[in-house]
Amino acid sequence: MWTAVIVSGIGCYLLKIAGMSVPPKILQNPLVERVADLLPVALLSALIAVQVFASGHELVVDARLVGLGVAVGALLLRAPFLVVVIAAAGAAALTRLWFGG
Amino acid sequence: MSSRPPDGGIVRDGVAVGIATGAYGLSFGAIAVTSGLSVAQACALSLLTFTGASQFALVGVVAAGGAPMSGAATALLLGTRNALYGLRLAPLLAWTGWRRLGAAHLVIDESTAMSVTRGTTEEARVGFLSAGLSVFVLWNLATLIGAVAGESLGDPADLGLDAAVGAAFLALLWPRLHTRTNQVVAVLAAAVALGVVPFTAAGVPVLAAGAVALLAGVLRSSR
Repeated sequence: MWTAVIVSGIGCYLLKIAGMSVPPKILQNPLVERVADLLPVALLSALIAVQVFASGHELVVDARLVGLGVAVGALLLRAPFLVVVIAAAGAAALTRLWFGG
Repeated sequence: MSSRPPDGGIVRDGVAVGIATGAYGLSFGAIAVTSGLSVAQACALSLLTFTGASQFALVGVVAAGGAPMSGAATALLLGTRNALYGLRLAPLLAWTGWRRLGAAHLVIDESTAMSVTRGTTEEARVGFLSAGLSVFVLWNLATLIGAVAGESLGDPADLGLDAAVGAAFLALLWPRLHTRTNQVVAVLAAAVALGVVPFTAAGVPVLAAGAVALLAGVLRSSR
């Protein structure tokens, strides 16, 4: 685990310093910019899907989906980050308490 | 940002952004510890990696049972956007030598947003530093508090903390879903990730979804 922590620390710093040091022309091409723009969208969306539906190698529907639904509602109401996270956790916890799922 | 506030306003905005970000830090610390990281590892991530989405990604992959290194790979892919921020910031901030090396660590969503809209180098530097430094201090403080608090919590599932991770990612993704392309990419990426979950090691599905971004980028440009 420590190796992963250090690798991500050094790697993310190198990415930042690279951006600040590389002559703009090299990275400033439309394809690179577009992919870099879409990459966070794809990764975050995949992380949500895996986080909510995956249980080991199986796909399951459980209290986590209730939490995600509540998070969507909170975001539509423009709730701040912490409220969204806590509301989702609370909804999942209550669902488990009531239904034992 | 339609109007440009005076210098005092820039600093105040920067500090406000830092305080708002502290809230993410609390949840990051708590989620990191309940996902299996130690308090020291959670704090080291916030100090060294210092880019929220990447940190959540590493922790999320580990929480799902993935290898820590595939978590780190996901974190690096998410960190690539900071390189693009740096491209835009370098000529604007116009720092060289050790100042640039130090400033690079503060290149994140918030500090970029608070500086790229400024008209002059001086204003950009004030915006960058006030947001970057206040986020750095409060993010790390909040991570420590959240991690220590997270240690004393019971079973993460009883508290719904496994659902909290998905909600945190959704809150990070939400502002990026404003265009049709992004919405389509998000749906396809989720579908690809879930499609390969049964056949691959944890952590791989998320990386596989990165290919959707690559493909979409290539297809869009060929039109």
